[in-house]
Amino acid sequence: MSDSLYNRLGGEAAVDAAVDIFYRKVLADDRINEFFDGVDMDRQAAKQKAFLTMAFGGPNNYTGEDMRKGHAHLVARGLNDSHFDAVVENLGSTLKELGVSDELIGEVAAIAESTRNDVLGR
Amino acid sequence: MPKIVFEGQEYLAEDNETVLDCLIRHDVSVNYSCRAGVCQSCMMMMEEGTPSEASQKGLKDALRAQSYFLMCSFVAGEDIRISRPGKDFQSMETGVLALDKLSDDVLRVRLARPENYSYFPGQFLNLQNPDGVERSYSLASLPDDEDFLELHVRHIPGGKVSGWVHTALKAGDRVTISPATGDCFYTPGQPGQNLLLIGTGTGLAPLYGILRDALRQGHQGDIHLYHGSSVMEGLYLVDALKTLDAAHANMHYHPCVSQGTPPAGIISGRADQKALEAIGKLDSWRIYLCGREDMVKSARQKAFLSGASLKDIYTDPFVPAVD
Repeated sequence: MSDSLYNRLGGEAAVDAAVDIFYRKVLADDRINEFFDGVDMDRQAAKQKAFLTMAFGGPNNYTGEDMRKGHAHLVARGLNDSHFDAVVENLGSTLKELGVSDELIGEVAAIAESTRNDVLGR
Repeated sequence: MPKIVFEGQEYLAEDNETVLDCLIRHDVSVNYSCRAGVCQSCMMMMEEGTPSEASQKGLKDALRAQSYFLMCSFVAGEDIRISRPGKDFQSMETGVLALDKLSDDVLRVRLARPENYSYFPGQFLNLQNPDGVERSYSLASLPDDEDFLELHVRHIPGGKVSGWVHTALKAGDRVTISPATGDCFYTPGQPGQNLLLIGTGTGLAPLYGILRDALRQGHQGDIHLYHGSSVMEGLYLVDALKTLDAAHANMHYHPCVSQGTPPAGIISGRADQKALEAIGKLDSWRIYLCGREDMVKSARQKAFLSGASLKDIYTDPFVPAVD
C-alpha cells in the first residue's frame, strides 16, 4: 500500500498543528470572517478540524449531501466562489507556515477543490 | 450483546457496533456529523460505564473529567447508560444557611450542601424561586474544604429570582436547586501552566472557586485574576483576594474599574482589555472568562488570536434571562 496523503502530511498530529493556525487566519480574514460572527468557537474549531482532516485525505465519512446541508445557511447569506477561494488560500498559507511542500499543498488544495460545488450548493 | 440505556429506553448493540450506529439503527434522533471522532457533534455524557481513551480524544480536560465521550468512537463492551450533555437532572431541596452582603447589590448565599452533592468549583446550578422560575448561579465554594454551597447573587432590577433572593429569602428557608453542571472549572495535570482569570461583576463567583481550587491543588504557574466593575462599589471580596495575593507568590490580583478615576491600587479601565494588554502573547496559557456575555465573547476571540489554544479557553457567559 502506498503511503496516503494523510500519512505523508503527518496524520492527526499535523491536523492538530494546523487547526489553530488555520482558524486564526480565517477569523482575521475580513473577506470571510463575517460568516463566523456569533458562532460557538469550540464547535467551530471542531468543524475546522473535521474539514482539515478531510482535506488532508484523512478518515471521514462526509458526503456531498452533508456538504450541501452544512453550508446551505451560508449560501443563503451570500457565500460564493470568492469566499471559497479565500478559505483555500488560508489553507495553503497555513500549510506553508508548517513547512509542507508545494506538491503536497497542491494535493490538499485539489481535495478541497473537489467539494466546491457541493459547498456552494450547485 | 451490551445494552445502551438512553432516555429511559434500552437498545441492544451488535458486535463491534458503535453507540452512534446502534442509536441510528434504532431510529433514535441524535446529533452527529463526521462519524470519525472529530466534529464532536455526537458528544454525550456517560453516566454508567467508562469511556475509552479513543472516545474522548480531542475533548477538553473539563469534558473528560465529566465522562463526556463521542458516540461514533465508542463500541460498548458492557452495558452503559448515557445522557445528552448539559441535560437537566433531578432537582433537590436544601436549606439556606446564611445571607451576607458582599457589596451594594451582591449577596453571598450559602446553602447546606446536600448529601452526595458533587461539583467542581466554577460549575453552576439552577436556583428556583417559589414560582418555579429558575436562574443559573456559579459555585464559589470548595467541595473538599467547605460543607456549604456558595453563590453570589446580584440584584437585577425586576429579576424574578434575584429579586426574591434579595428581598424575601432568609436563613432557614428551604430552596430547590439542580445538580451542578458546566465545564468552566480547574483541572489538574498541568501545574506549571500560567492561568489568566478575567471576570466582570459576579463573574467573580466562579473565578473565586477556580482560583482557590487551583491554589489548593498546588498550582505552580502564575495565576492572574482581573476582576472588573464599572464602579468601585462593584468590586467585592477585595480584602480576601488581597490576602490570597499576599500569601501566594504566584497569585496576582488586579482589580479594575472602568468609569471615573479609581483610587491608587485599582487599575483604570476594562478588565478584559487591561489583562490582554498587560500579558500580550498568550501561547500556552490557560484562560477563564466569566461574566457579561459580550465581554466573554470578545475576550475569547482576542485571547485565541493572541495565541491561546481554544482547548485552553474556558468560559462562563452570563446570558440575560428572557422570561
